[in-house]
Amino acid sequence: MTNAEILTKLKEKYPDAIVDVPELIDFTVVVKPKLLTSVAVFLRDECALDYMADVTAVDRPEYFEVVYHLYSVKNQTSEPFVLKVYLEDKETPAVASVTPLWKGADFQECEVYDLMGIHFEGHPNLRRILLWEGFPGYPLRKDFENRTFTFEELEPTRPKTPELM
Amino acid sequence: MSEEELIKEQLQKNIFLTSVDAVYNWGRKSSVWPVMFGLACCAIEMIGAASARYDFSRFGMEIMRASPRQADLMIVAGTVVHKMAPQVLRIYEQMPEPKYVLAMGTCATAGGPFPGYAVLQGVDEIVPVDVYVPGCPPRPEALMHGFMKLHDDIMKQSIKTVSWYQKEEAVK
Repeated sequence: MTNAEILTKLKEKYPDAIVDVPELIDFTVVVKPKLLTSVAVFLRDECALDYMADVTAVDRPEYFEVVYHLYSVKNQTSEPFVLKVYLEDKETPAVASVTPLWKGADFQECEVYDLMGIHFEGHPNLRRILLWEGFPGYPLRKDFENRTFTFEELEPTRPKTPELM
Repeated sequence: MSEEELIKEQLQKNIFLTSVDAVYNWGRKSSVWPVMFGLACCAIEMIGAASARYDFSRFGMEIMRASPRQADLMIVAGTVVHKMAPQVLRIYEQMPEPKYVLAMGTCATAGGPFPGYAVLQGVDEIVPVDVYVPGCPPRPEALMHGFMKLHDDIMKQSIKTVSWYQKEEAVK
């Protein structure tokens, strides 16, 4: 099954879930955050998109965009099928985790949570993976002021137990 | 040749006059053991300096200790990120006196090309640095020049004044 066929099939099956299909980018579909899990289950089980390659996020002026790149090992697809959700709530962005569906999303969702501050509901072990718990702010957000920190400045934010450093 | 002259000649061959500092420091500088740890690309140059072509075992420092408790010199080879900084500090604190720090490359010296949230802007914020080696990364020759500068520093020290040889310090 090619990506074009998957797109047609998805349009037939979930016409309500699709928010947008950007024409400029190949095989990209934007779905409603609430229906992400059912769409993801459909893509994995019915369309053989069995490999989650990337989870990443973009900070847009009006919303956060979470991007999933899906491939099929079974069908040997060479181009990603791109699934996106727009999260309108910029204060506390949250979306359902896809880690229960694709185990490979585990660390990548942790990274998006770490650097972009998007909460993945249902993730088994959601914590900061590159920075430590308590680091002030989310560095990849546009409103994060990128400046240098001194050691003393960051010292109070660090966890007191070495295991959590 | 009289007996007296013979004794004098033999003594001249066998007695050397020097100072305690000179012998002691010469011994210390000739066996500076570095801690075996590297943080980034500078570590590759450090490994290059250790291996056959440049071979810093010529300075008696071929034994890179895997334990900081047996080491004299910490070569901070690479970018110190804030996540790693407490661990670098811990390695330094585990080293026994006398101990020296060599900041290798621009990153360890002043943050290098990373003026951002993640990188410590120079390892001298957390540990006292004895020698700074510029370069990105420095060539093994530059690193060895740094070693020789450190040797000069060691030769200038006197056990009468250094803090780690004083009775008062030991009481602390």
